[in-house]
Amino acid sequence: MEELLNIFIKSVFIENMALAYFLGMCTFIAVSKKVDTALGLGVAVIFVLGITCPLNNLIYTFLLKEGALSWAGESFAKVDLSFLSFLSFIGSIAAAVQIVEMTLDRYMPSLYAALGVFLPLIAVNCAILGASLFMVERDYNFAESTVFGIGSGVGWALAIVALAALREKMTYSKVPPGLRGLGMTFMVTGLMAFGFMAFGGIQL
Amino acid sequence: MASKNSEVLLDPLFNNNPIALQVLGICSALAVTTKLETALVMSLALTTVVACSNVAVSLIRTRIPPSIRIIVQLTIIASLVIITDQVLKAFVYDIAKQLSVFVGLIITNCIVMGRAEAFAMQNGPGKSFLDGVGNGLGYSVVLILVAFFRELFGSGKLFGIQVLPDAYQTNGLMLLAPSAFFLIGLGIWALRVWKTDQIEEN
Repeated sequence: MEELLNIFIKSVFIENMALAYFLGMCTFIAVSKKVDTALGLGVAVIFVLGITCPLNNLIYTFLLKEGALSWAGESFAKVDLSFLSFLSFIGSIAAAVQIVEMTLDRYMPSLYAALGVFLPLIAVNCAILGASLFMVERDYNFAESTVFGIGSGVGWALAIVALAALREKMTYSKVPPGLRGLGMTFMVTGLMAFGFMAFGGIQL
Repeated sequence: MASKNSEVLLDPLFNNNPIALQVLGICSALAVTTKLETALVMSLALTTVVACSNVAVSLIRTRIPPSIRIIVQLTIIASLVIITDQVLKAFVYDIAKQLSVFVGLIITNCIVMGRAEAFAMQNGPGKSFLDGVGNGLGYSVVLILVAFFRELFGSGKLFGIQVLPDAYQTNGLMLLAPSAFFLIGLGIWALRVWKTDQIEEN
């Protein structure tokens, strides 16, 4: 139990997907103009990560890993399909995103309209695939990968909402013309990454 | 779109840079740039993938049903990335290890997907190939510039060879996450002072 809590804290603060690993940057920069939209996208990302990470863990442990197919019979015991992991992960992610899209369209049309093109783009949000790949690299089991998925989602959502709030305030400040918009956003994100580095000192 | 081939190839370098203007593919741009070597390998890998995927998508563009086009594109891209990954692991194992998950993340690099969707779906294979190479190069320019500064000031080396004198106190901050953001921000600033039409409205 304690270990799971550690993974959660670690994935939210210390190894923040957006600010420490630069994952999901495209949407992070592009959809952080308004707090409302950022919050909606953040929730969608938490949801998708919470589903796909454990799902991909199951796929990897029971289908792809070396010797994972041994349940199917003796002759499969040495099959190693791990090179197919990219393809199967992205497939399950695309399917999960489709489900989220249909659910939002049905029950929260305003949020659906606000997220617009960025909802299908969650499928190619590096944070989602990145979490699955990190999960494989770090050899998490099912419970750990669930916690890790949700934790990374929360961390990412936290970062994007904070950035959106900063950018809303920033509309009142005078920025040099060449730095306006994208350039300044990078600077602010850099400063936020500084702030989050302070969490690196936490010993777990 | 009746643009000339040279424009298709060269436009993404500065006039329509995927990172600085289209806001695509930033994730990996930041993470692999602590060393020039990894940045170079990453640029090569991405350029290959984006050029090949553009050609492949363009070849079958009239046969893809619109409703499942994303899945089709992702499958093509993912297959290309798997090949790239296996090649890297076979020939430059050390660098492939350092790139860790970021080779896999080429799949979700928005440049590849974005170009397939925005260009290859409407244009023939020849032009799509040039567009892919052009965008790959535009990405590489930013990546290599950022990596150049980070490795030079962060560890006083280029390609792992000491270039600054020993008296130079290395700036460890350059190797940490925030500096990449600052460098790209400053790069965009410089680009927009040069190309003033890219300045955003307030």
